[in-house]
Amino acid sequence: MFPGLPEELRERIHRLDIPFNAYGLDRFGISRDTLAWFYSLLTPFYRQYFEVQTTGIEQVPETGRAMIIGNHSGGIPVDASMVMASLFLDMEPPRHVHGMVEKFAQKWPIVSQVFSRMGQLAGLPEHAVQLLEAERLLLVFPEGARGTGKLYRDRYRLVRFGTGFIRLALKTNTPIVPFAFVGGEEALPTLLHSRLLAQLTGAPYWPVPPWILPIPKPVPCRIHYGEPMTFDGDGTESDEVIEGWVNDVRERITELMRDGLQELNLPIPAHLGQDLEALA
Amino acid sequence: MKVLITGISGALARRVASYLALDGQTVLGLDHRPWPDAPANITLFEADLRKRPAEDVFRLHRPDAVIHMGTVTHLNARTEERYRINLHGTRAVFEHGERYGVKQTIFIGRHTVYGAAPDAPLYHTENDPPLAASTYPALSDLVAADLFAGSALWKMPEMCTAVLRMVYVLGPSQRGTLASYLSGPFVPTVLGFDPLFQFMHEEDAARAIVLALKAKLRGIYNVAGPQPVPISVLARVIGKGTLPLPEPLFHLALGKFGLPWLPRGAENHVKYPVVIDGSRFDEETGFEPQWSEKTTMEGFRWSG
Repeated sequence: MFPGLPEELRERIHRLDIPFNAYGLDRFGISRDTLAWFYSLLTPFYRQYFEVQTTGIEQVPETGRAMIIGNHSGGIPVDASMVMASLFLDMEPPRHVHGMVEKFAQKWPIVSQVFSRMGQLAGLPEHAVQLLEAERLLLVFPEGARGTGKLYRDRYRLVRFGTGFIRLALKTNTPIVPFAFVGGEEALPTLLHSRLLAQLTGAPYWPVPPWILPIPKPVPCRIHYGEPMTFDGDGTESDEVIEGWVNDVRERITELMRDGLQELNLPIPAHLGQDLEALA
Repeated sequence: MKVLITGISGALARRVASYLALDGQTVLGLDHRPWPDAPANITLFEADLRKRPAEDVFRLHRPDAVIHMGTVTHLNARTEERYRINLHGTRAVFEHGERYGVKQTIFIGRHTVYGAAPDAPLYHTENDPPLAASTYPALSDLVAADLFAGSALWKMPEMCTAVLRMVYVLGPSQRGTLASYLSGPFVPTVLGFDPLFQFMHEEDAARAIVLALKAKLRGIYNVAGPQPVPISVLARVIGKGTLPLPEPLFHLALGKFGLPWLPRGAENHVKYPVVIDGSRFDEETGFEPQWSEKTTMEGFRWSG
């Protein structure tokens, strides 16, 4: 690890529950050195830039597999990196969470390399199963790119959830820890999408905020973790049964989003209010 | 047991032959290349697998088991020639085997048959389809040979067939697909990509093949070594530098400036990992690599 690494981060890296070999690499290609760089860059964003306040972190299991499931937002997904930072900086013991990366990013030079060294693997069911069976934490946004591709007027409106995550949780006997990330929509409000830039980069969309460049601005953010949810099944249930459970998770995330917005004194968008009324 | 090894003059095959001979098995070898200092208790036949004299070895000596290692992977071999050797040779092994009462056949295949692609998962299991023919056309003959060998499982049910998909082998012989890629002063890579490479020590690879023979494995098995490492680490530990080339220049530079030559499509295998899960093989044979990734790489460096 590099010489100027703050002692606190060095100590946290050493306490991570990842079996590294003589070269500081694990079987999925995570590099301890890359993690040190990444978390040291992320820490000022987590603590100062977005001033993230995390609650309910004790809901995340200290050891063993779990799926961390939440809302996706804000054009450039700062939510993923802030959730990673919260589990690394605010959790005892610190844990590293694996995200599932959009497949297009695997084709980008440098980007794919850095993602691989951080254990952020291509979003394939095989990878999800392998990581959970290795007792890791898996970060999943069931909205996928549909979630980060929302426009500002649709902020905090959960778009359709995929059902794969529930089947995966049942198949691998994994608890689901729901969370809400609040602030991402204000950090990078997407006014419109640039189709041209998306086509040029191979990305599914290209967000354009009022200040043109897709750089998130510093706004306070909140992460709320809820109690782990488990469902009784093996993943072979009919779509109707699975969709019922997907809705349970969705409802829980909606409630957590409302709590987060209230704590930040942000207005609750009308459609979120309607969703909550429908729940009640 | 009388064991015939095809392609016995290859580095890994020699080691398998020596282990089996030491173990008291009767070892026959078939190759068109010589093996000048072969141990005296190994009987060698210099013949082309696809020709009549090779069939005579089966007919006259009636081996109980065949380990088919006579496939060519050198990517610089001419494509048509490779197709003939790999496909017709494999077919000959199984047909002669069936005709002359061979009870057990082991086909030594490669893990690269799964192919390297941006959307391919790590840790392929045997259930994953071999896709290399589309990602790397130069490997399509090896994919075809692998599938042909696998078809013997249902076409020749009385024969006990095992297809081993083995990771790259590194060892003191300094030979093999990966060793030739690493042979120059610099290892050419594609700028911005640093895929995991999976390899095992020659000794472990030979032991795994012997274990497969003893366990009378039937089916398709991945044979993995220790934990994979990124190509940058592999190059560093064996004492070489990497030469990261922007992708458009990668192909132009290969074969020049002391860099190895690689066929079209090779860049996928330098950009994306091919990593396999060998746990089924380990469970059924009790195999455990004796050489870690560290000792394998360091051993390779200092034996070179």
